[in-house]
Amino acid sequence: MRLINLVPTDTRIDFMRVRKLAAVLSLLLCAASIGLFFAKGLNYGIDFRGGILIEIRTEQPADMGQLRSTLGGLGLGEVQLQEFGRDTDVLIRIERQAGGEKEQLAAVNTAKEALGDAVDYRRTEFVGPKVGAELIEAGITAVLLAMAAMLVYIWFRFEWQFGVGAVVALLHDVLLTIGIFSLMGLEFNLSTVAAILTIAGYSINDTVVVYDRVRENLRKFKQMPLPDLLNLSINGTLSRTLLTSVTTLLALLALFFFGGEVIKGFSFAMIWGIVVGTYSSIFIAVPLLVYMNLRRTGLIVGEDDDEPATENPAG
Amino acid sequence: MVYFAKWKMVLVALVCVLGLAFAAPNLLSEEDAAGIPDWLPNQKINLGLDLQGGSHLLLEVDVASVTRERLEAMVDSARDGLRGESPPIGYRGLGINGECVRFTLRNPDDDSRARQIARNINPNTELTSEGDTISVCLNEQGKREIATAAVQQSIEIVRRRIDETGTREPTIQRQGTDRILVQLPGVKDPERIKELLGTTAKLTFHLLDRTNSVTAACGPGRRPPPGTECLPSADDKDANGQPVIYLVKRRAMVRGDNLVDAQGTFQDAQPVVSFRFDAVGARRFGDVTRQNVGQPFAIVLDKEVISAPVIREPILGGNGVISGNFSVQSAQDLALLLRAGALPAPLVILEERTVGAELGADSIQAGEIASVLAILLVIVFMAAAYGMFGLMADVALALNIILITAMLSMLQATLTLPGIAGIVLTIGMAVDANVLIFERIREEERNGRTPISAVDSGYQRALTTIIDANITTLIAAVLLFQFGSGPVKGFAVTLAIGLLTSMFTAIMVTRLMVVTWLHSRRPKKLPL
Repeated sequence: MRLINLVPTDTRIDFMRVRKLAAVLSLLLCAASIGLFFAKGLNYGIDFRGGILIEIRTEQPADMGQLRSTLGGLGLGEVQLQEFGRDTDVLIRIERQAGGEKEQLAAVNTAKEALGDAVDYRRTEFVGPKVGAELIEAGITAVLLAMAAMLVYIWFRFEWQFGVGAVVALLHDVLLTIGIFSLMGLEFNLSTVAAILTIAGYSINDTVVVYDRVRENLRKFKQMPLPDLLNLSINGTLSRTLLTSVTTLLALLALFFFGGEVIKGFSFAMIWGIVVGTYSSIFIAVPLLVYMNLRRTGLIVGEDDDEPATENPAG
Repeated sequence: MVYFAKWKMVLVALVCVLGLAFAAPNLLSEEDAAGIPDWLPNQKINLGLDLQGGSHLLLEVDVASVTRERLEAMVDSARDGLRGESPPIGYRGLGINGECVRFTLRNPDDDSRARQIARNINPNTELTSEGDTISVCLNEQGKREIATAAVQQSIEIVRRRIDETGTREPTIQRQGTDRILVQLPGVKDPERIKELLGTTAKLTFHLLDRTNSVTAACGPGRRPPPGTECLPSADDKDANGQPVIYLVKRRAMVRGDNLVDAQGTFQDAQPVVSFRFDAVGARRFGDVTRQNVGQPFAIVLDKEVISAPVIREPILGGNGVISGNFSVQSAQDLALLLRAGALPAPLVILEERTVGAELGADSIQAGEIASVLAILLVIVFMAAAYGMFGLMADVALALNIILITAMLSMLQATLTLPGIAGIVLTIGMAVDANVLIFERIREEERNGRTPISAVDSGYQRALTTIIDANITTLIAAVLLFQFGSGPVKGFAVTLAIGLLTSMFTAIMVTRLMVVTWLHSRRPKKLPL
């Protein structure tokens, strides 16, 4: 059987040569993301902002103009309409009403009365101001704790320099994900936070695999200059990095195109995250090690290595 | 380690068999699965409300209002206690101050007697005094007990009300200190239930105060005389369109607690609610009506007067009828609320998520298509990339899906739409461990090792990497579970389960296959 070789085995791509270029590119992208976040902001879903979401299905293709005027005239503030997947499905978002939970509930009733029984209510969600505030807090806590926990784990398993490198790469991925959500105006909701956490997990996972190889090579080739050694490590794990990214992307693309409208945003975030995460492990996480004064001795002494390193460099 | 211990083979076989057994009921219909004897695995995966359709409501008990009510009751018992002494203890300024009941003695000599009474009002209080002013304050335990009792009683009442509506298999749980999570599978339009839960339904019967004029007591800026209060009518409006105000005696003759039954019926072709008192309620109602023939009394629901009929004759049998401005539905709902009992405090709906069954079914279908497609794509890709080793990884992937299904069924974890996304994601990532191993084996062989030695060291070296890499993702999953809510939790569950099962299948199952194949063929070169 003729097997696919995604990357010719035994690659010797000089990744370290472009590290400055990659760093500049990433810095620019991160800065742009932060800028977008503050200038344009995120399109927060009702999970965080509070408010009302109603998904309806009409028998005929929905008359958006009429719906807009029906709902716009109710005095419920900003009402967003969006075709959702097909022309009979409409997603209605009503902004959070002034006042407390009672006022939100009243607005749900007002909207439903105006829409009448002719439409099929597929989904009704309302999040009061209190829960919205709590969900924001829980989301931020989860992301920060996850980053801290991963930093500690990597620090514990490797040297602190690796921990810093991994978390910088992770931060890069999270920032760029927030950036693309802001740029495209995609709804940022609870499942986006779930996606970000998963991206964080994947990004670290990817980084750890390369770092593992770096650590192994540091023990093996004590005299090799660090840039060469890092290149060797990236090339050694390159086919794995790409293969896993491809299988994960294949699964996510299936989810994106066939998984239904409700999780489209989630799948998109994940796809973006995998691409960015793969890039950052190779071009950010590993090259960063050059600047962090790795102590080779620390990695050798006190680390158990069950096999003496006798092999020559691959190839 | 090309050598594979016997117990490990047994373990793999056992896990496979158990996995199949626990996953199998999901292939059956609901009825067939129910027919499986209890000693066999017979549970299907629990579908979340976003997949099976239903309504999720998060309620908050207004604990502050229960506390307020408790304090009002303490004021009443303080007044009774102070007046009931002989000779009565003179006081002024009796009232609520924060979470305390406070009064000032007219005569400092009464101090010790007053303290005795204050101490008896409520055991969970602390007594402080400042000059002649005595304060009785609820302590932490007192406050906690009020909250706990209020939430527990509310849960009970919520359950009864929902049961009365005929909703099947509702889940009603306490969440945090003062919240109640209600899940109603299959409920598409929870408006009626929301309305039922939004009503406190405190029913009381009061005599009207006829000695003072309503305008004098209830006008703007006026305070009603002690022991009375001004309540608006629920339906009747005066000439200016304002609700009619009644001046009622604060003390209830009889309360809704004494009702044993209530039904929506008709009287003179008008919808009414008929009710029946228990023995205590019937006697008390009889006594009061006997003494007050010709006087009006007020039927009060949640601080609104539903009707204020005149007592024509003593009502002794304990049966009565509430007439008011009812529709058939509202009479029936009131009867239901009275039967189920009053909530100790108003409930506020903090969050609602309702998904129609059709959308749920659509989501399941979309999830199935996406999963199957993802599996096929990954299987084909793996076979193309690694040939026979890829096929072994594919077998492991299939087993992985079975194990995830089995774990979800066994743990009765709830599968949500993000949960399906988690499974699809694991399908992509599950092969990672195998990819790591195969790439490593390839490399080892390229470095001049024999097939057996390459496989051996490939597995050994990839192992730490696999563990390091998976633990970081597991950390993310655990935190998601901890801080996520509802459907997102479902994602964390499937992601975590998927990671664990994929590690097992990669490290144990594919390895067993590879090793068995190596031993039977003894190849000169690995087909990688």
